[in-house]
This record gives sequence, structure tokens and C-alpha cells, in this order.
Amino acid sequence: MTTTSVTPTPSGAPSGASQPLLEIKDLEITFTTSSGPVKGVRSANLEVYPGETVAIVGESGSGKSTTAMAIAHLLAKNGAITGGHILFEGRDITHVSEKEIRVLRGDQVGLVPQDPMSNLNPMWKVGSQITETLAANGIAKGAEAKKRAVELLEEAGLPDAQRRAEQYPHEFSGGMKQRALIAMGLAARPKLLVADEPTSALDVTVQQQILDHLDHLTGELGVAVLLITHDLGLAAERAQHLVVMYKGQVVESGPALELLQDPQHPYTKRLISAAPSLASRRLVSSAERAEIREQAQESASSEAGRGAETDQDAVIEVQNLTKSFPIRGKVPWRSTPFLAVDDVSFSLRRGTTTAIVGESGSGKSTVAQMVLRLLEPTSGRVLFEGKDIADLHGSTVKALRRRVQPIFQNPYGTLDPMYSIFTTIEEPMRIHGIGDSKSREEKVRDLLDKVALPSAMMRRYPNELSGGQRQRVAIARALALDPEVVICDEAVSALDVLVQAQVLELLNDLQAELGLSYLFITHDLAVVRQIADHTLVMEKGKVVEQGTTDEVFHSPQQDYTKRLLAAIPGGSIPLAGAETIDVEAPVGLADETGGEGQGGPDDIVDPFAQAGHV
Amino acid sequence: MPSDALKSRRPRTEHWVAPLAETPLQEVDAADTSGTPRSLWAEAGRSLIRNPVFVISALLILFVLFVAAFPQVFTGMDPRHGDLSLANRKPDAEHPFGTSRQGYDIMARTFWGARTSVIIGFFAMIGSTLIGGTIGALAGYLGGWFDEVISRITDIFFAVPLILGAIVVATRLGEMNLWTVIAVLSVFGWTNVARIMRGAVISTKSQDYVTSSVALGASSPAVLLKHVIPNAIAPVIVTATVNLGVFIVAEATLSFLGVGLPTSAVSWGGDISDARDALRTQPSMLFYPSVALAITVLSFIMLGDAVRDALDPKARKR
Repeated sequence: MTTTSVTPTPSGAPSGASQPLLEIKDLEITFTTSSGPVKGVRSANLEVYPGETVAIVGESGSGKSTTAMAIAHLLAKNGAITGGHILFEGRDITHVSEKEIRVLRGDQVGLVPQDPMSNLNPMWKVGSQITETLAANGIAKGAEAKKRAVELLEEAGLPDAQRRAEQYPHEFSGGMKQRALIAMGLAARPKLLVADEPTSALDVTVQQQILDHLDHLTGELGVAVLLITHDLGLAAERAQHLVVMYKGQVVESGPALELLQDPQHPYTKRLISAAPSLASRRLVSSAERAEIREQAQESASSEAGRGAETDQDAVIEVQNLTKSFPIRGKVPWRSTPFLAVDDVSFSLRRGTTTAIVGESGSGKSTVAQMVLRLLEPTSGRVLFEGKDIADLHGSTVKALRRRVQPIFQNPYGTLDPMYSIFTTIEEPMRIHGIGDSKSREEKVRDLLDKVALPSAMMRRYPNELSGGQRQRVAIARALALDPEVVICDEAVSALDVLVQAQVLELLNDLQAELGLSYLFITHDLAVVRQIADHTLVMEKGKVVEQGTTDEVFHSPQQDYTKRLLAAIPGGSIPLAGAETIDVEAPVGLADETGGEGQGGPDDIVDPFAQAGHV
Repeated sequence: MPSDALKSRRPRTEHWVAPLAETPLQEVDAADTSGTPRSLWAEAGRSLIRNPVFVISALLILFVLFVAAFPQVFTGMDPRHGDLSLANRKPDAEHPFGTSRQGYDIMARTFWGARTSVIIGFFAMIGSTLIGGTIGALAGYLGGWFDEVISRITDIFFAVPLILGAIVVATRLGEMNLWTVIAVLSVFGWTNVARIMRGAVISTKSQDYVTSSVALGASSPAVLLKHVIPNAIAPVIVTATVNLGVFIVAEATLSFLGVGLPTSAVSWGGDISDARDALRTQPSMLFYPSVALAITVLSFIMLGDAVRDALDPKARKR
């Protein structure tokens, strides 16, 4: 039911086949900040034709979301359109009244927001929230709206929609919430759907299914889609036309495949070469690395005290590691054990990288916590150089801490905001009483140099640094004690692709230089291909597949691995100089569809949150 | 997938590239080393100085502190010198605020009264913050049964209203002095600090930098003192500032009710209590100590608000 409350005012050409649905001309958006006006978007141009999918690709801060939000007049309070025009069906909507834009919103332009977790009101039933949308757009009311809401949820691919409509958002998994939001976005049958990073918060397999469904649905309804994404691979796979934004400007636009295969602007070239899903292979040639490994082995073999049954080459060996958390049942005294990690064994060889990959809830981070001895295993052993780390006490634990260092995911949480960069990097040396203040300062300078930060940085505070720089400081801190093993828990997941590539490169160089061994925990298979020698695939606490990275990528044995590989966005797009991932996804759903709040892969109850409540 | 008919609507499948001159490429994640380094506290300080509420309240507080330290600068009269022959005078040249029923000079009493209020407010704030801060930090950091027990004890104290508890203890103790009043206020006033400290510590201790520090080999007390408390202290400072005002009011209330400081002490609460009968005949007797009390308390509460604005990371952009 398409309502025509906004009649296009014919500006020149009648609404023929060649008229774009949405046209953005020389758009300029200015934000008023405490340090003066800042141009968020400058001279941006783009067109969306009826029924086509256009993707805006860019890093955080490139102005891609700002551009999209400007269409629906949803800019932040301090932002304003200071130049250019936005035309919808030929009508200039740049400066129309709030009332007119409200008619346009929802009715003509639907929105799918980024974060499914925070965009549904937890106090309302999902069905009611869609009913509200329908009523607000004057489409349906009362019982009719309720019926329509169920139909919409069904259409968005939610099984058992009748019952689901009566549930609250917390009973939905992330993927299901996103489906509900898509249902809301399409409720009024808009002509244009603006999807702002619709699947960035979801696991790859869920992402793939949601996007497949969205493609199918918008194709069937003839809805044009403006997709905002940071993922070039995903954009290329989903859109016919790409618009690349950089620092508030459109630098290149063109047909998706052409743009990828023949990028013109240096920024696009840089983006394509950095996108892990597109151009991935091990960063350093294997021959060079084998040499490093040999050296590391030689230096290690002189050390004594190894158990006979352990892998001679392994710096860390994990044997039958299991961790179960008690999950509170319906009554407090009856808790059921939840196996977060189930019988995991692997070894990390000196000077190499072992990656543990899995979706959220697979138990990969729990393994990292146990290897770091931040968490006590329920059973099984972690051997560091042949010694069980559970047997260490007091000063020997401190010695272990010195040799095994972590790097965590969130660049904003990993540095103490009260400490300057110098104090942060110096802290480990102070704790272990290494050197005097002068030699420590020398070392801090040296470490900053290693992570390619100017030593002038050391008087600064974390709030003055970008995410990538913070992560580099975290790496410098981890290296301050000259560790042998570094555990990277999603260390690059929160970074933009270019910065991510830079940090991966850095980690790789440091490995070659210092003979480090990495245990790399990630959800991103594309990153694994760039950094790892060995790969473990985990699903629901179990290792489902392990082998060399090449084996896992070229001949995956398990359905789950195949599904993960097939879900890498843009993996099958042929590019010069890059190998493609050509794996057929096995039939069957990986999604949350069967779940009763707990079924989905993205819906495993967080054991830490649970344990914290006891 | 859209049908071919729809796809073909785009007239030209043009490939457009921005001129490089207009879109210069910058180094990936270039480090900006211009400007002076700023810590979070320095940032907070900067935003405080630009906040008129802070400037006004800080000036008022400085004035109050100055009065408390040097009341003799403002008045030559002895606040304890009562001359019944001069009782109940209206303001005149000799006694600009008038005199009380006991023949005290009200101006002298008002200025000297600041000292009592400031000392009690300040030390009760320190006492309650130390008690509440320590208890809250330990409960939040250690968790488990310790937290359970401490939280219930906090609840018990929380359930007793500050004034009621103070009255009960004061009547049991009999004659009070400055330090017993401070002790009583501290013992009944630490609960909100403890609760806020506990909450802040719990949210801080799950941060990655705390885990990092543990993984670096730092001991538990070191982690608590060096990382957790410095990052959890901001809301406690805000509460403590507001509490200071609350304690001044509480002291005045106790003195007003006659269970606080002895009548011989110079205190706004006592003076307000003495003046209530003269409200209709000589309002100036009530007016001056009340205004002094109101200004002092208001400026501390305003300061608390301004500090909260400055320290709240959500209110400030990254």
C-alpha cells in the first residue's frame, strides 16, 4: 500500500524511467562544536534510482552515516545542512518543515538502524512497537495493525511470528531483533530503505542470512536500498553501485564490480588492498617465517625441564581444557552447568601464530582467559613450557605474567584514562622492578618507536588518541616485559580496516623481529588468513576443526567451517592478486530460527554476567 | 535482487572519481602531536573554569572560607559578649544587624558562626567519605559474601535518617562538642558515599585496563589503589561536595533542636532557634543567620553540580 501523501513536484522532467528516486547534490553538513564549526560532509553527490541498491562505504568519521541521516533530517542537534540539495523524487526536501519530513519518514523513507540491541524499547512488546509504527504512519489501527504487524514479522523471516509479536525484545536474539527492525523499516512500504550498518553487530553467518533476506525482500517489493557500511566486501556483494567516502567527501563512485577491479582514487585503492575479506593472504612469506621459527626453537631447546609427553616445539600447550559455569535455574538452588569450553586441546608453537576463531558464545575468549590464568579451568591443563600454570604460586605466577601478555579488544577500555602514555607503558616495568627511571624512559621511547608512534606521544593521555593509536600503545605495554607469548583477544576487531591492516602488519613485523608467539582470538576469518599459521574453529565450546590455516581455508572438513567461510562478505569476488574463497555454504540454517531465546549462535547466555550475579 | 527492468533505470553506469587535489590522501591514523597534552583532570578543570555556576559557587565558597578563617576582619564585636541592656535592638550604626534577645551582636554571631559550620561540614565530609569510600571500595572490589554483608549493613544505616540517628545518639551522649557532632554526622552520613563508591568500583573493575594490570602481574591492592579507585573517585567527589552542604544543614538542625552544640557555642542553627520567637517583632534576628546558612549550603551544592558536569564523561565529547 503506497500512499501518495507526498506528491512529487515535477521539476523539469516528468517522473520517467531515468529520474532518480533520491538525489544528493553538493551536500554540505556542518557541525557546531566547542572548537568552532566542523564540516562533517563536503560536496557529496550521489543518486539512488528506484529499486537499486547503493552502498556508501567509508571508515568511521568519513561522513557516511551523517549523509544518510541528513536524508531523513535526523542529524545530531549540533549538525545542520549548510549547502547543497537533497531531492526525493525530484522534490527538494533539504529545508522542508518538520511536519513534512515526518510524513516522508517511515512512509517514503524507511530506516534500519545499526545497533539492534538498543533500538528496540525493552519495555514494549515487539509487536506493539511495529503496531505503533503502523499507526504513526496512518496505515492501520487496532486489530488490523496487530494482524499487519504479525504479517510484517513473518515477511522479515521470523518463524512463529504470531507468538514472537507478543514477546519482549530481551527474548529475541540479536539477529531476530534486527529482523524485527527491518520489519519496522519496511512497515509503511517505503520507496527507499536506509540501512545504516544493519548487520555490523551480528555474527557473520547471521549477517549473511539477514542480508540475503533483505535483498530478497527489497527486490520483491521494488524498494531501493541505501546501504551504509564500513565493509567494502559486503558492499560490493550487496550493491550495484558503490560510493566511497573519505573525510566527508565522496572520492569515487561507480558500478560495484568495476570500482573494485579498477579503482582510480588512491584512497579506494588503499581501502581495497586493506580489506581483509578481499585481499587476504599470510602477510609474510612462509619461508622467511620458517627461518624465524627455527631460530626460536634453537634458542628454546637449550632450556630444560620439559615433560616428555609434551610437544617439544610448543610454548603453550592446552590439554583437554574445560570450563563450566553454573547458570541459575528457575529456583536459585538448582543451577545447571553451562559448558563454555568443552575439552579443548591445542598447542601454540614457538614463533608462530595460532588463531582461535568462532562466533560470539563459542567460548574462544574463555580459553584466552584460562591461558592467561585469569580464570580457573574446571578441568584440563594449560602448560607453559611444559609446566602446568595451575601449579604456579606467588612469585612464579608473576614470572608467568612477565612472559605471557594480553592485548584486549576495546581500544577505549584497554588504557587507564588517568595514566599518561608514558606511565601506561612504564607500569609493567615498575611492577616487576625492572631498571631505574632513566633506563625505563629509554625503553618506553624504544617501544613507542617499535609501534610507530612518535615519542612526543608519551606525555599524552589516552583520551587524546585514536582507537588504532590506543591499540598500538596497548601493544607497546604488552611488549615492555619482553614476553614470549602475546594473547590477542579480538585485538583488531574494533578498528577500521585501514588501521586494522596497519596493526596486523605491525604485529606481524614484531613477530618476525622478536620471535613472538601469538594466540589470536577473533571472530573474523578474514583476519585469520592474514595472521595465523594454525587455526582452530570453535563452535559452542568445542573445537570443530583445527589445522594449518591453508588447510582450513582450502579444504574445510566441517559444515560449520564451510558456513563461516561462505559467509565472509565479498570473499568470492575475483580480484587481481588475491585468492578468492570459493566455498559452497552447506544447506540448512545457521541462524537463530529454532531458538526460544537461547537457541541461536548469537544468543548464548553470557556466563560472566551470570556468574556476577550470584 | 531487483529485476533487470529496475536495474536499467540508472541511465549511465558512470565511474566517477574525485580529483585528487580536492581530496588529498592522508597518512593512515597519523599521530597528532600538536597542542599540549591534557589529562582527564585537566580537561575537567578547563570545562569547570568556563562554567559560570562553578565560578559563582567557587567565589562564594572562598568568601565563606575566608570569613570562617578570619571573622574578626568583618566584625570587631565579640560574639560571646551578651549585654542584656542592649537586647532586641533594631539594626543601627553600632549593631548593623541588630542584637539578639541575649544582647549578642547579630553581625558578630553571623560571621563567627561560619567557622563552626565550615569546620563541622568539612570534617564530617572527610569522615563520612573515608568511612563510606573505604567500605564501598572494598565491597565493590572484593564482591562475594563480603559485599553481601557490607551491603546489608549499609542498608541498615541507610534506613536510619541522618537527623533521627544523630538525635538519638546525641541525647544518649548528653552534652556534645564540635568533635562529637562531627563523629555522629560521619557515622550516620557515610552510606550514600559507600553505595556510590561500590557501584563505581564494580563498573570500573570490569574494564580491560584493570584486567591488563592484573595480567601484568600487579597485586590486588595495587590494582585497587592505582587503577580502580582513581577511576571510580569522580562521582564520590561530587557526592562528598553535596554532602558537605548537607552536613552543615544537619548541624544547624541539631543545634536548632537543641541536641547539637551547647548553647554557649556560636552556631547558625542555635541562633536561628533563638530567633524563631522574634520572627514577627524583629525579623532581622532570624534573617541574617538563615541567609548565611542558605548561601553557604547553596554554594556547596552548586559546586557539586558543576563538578558533576565537568567529570561526567558522557556530557563531554571524547
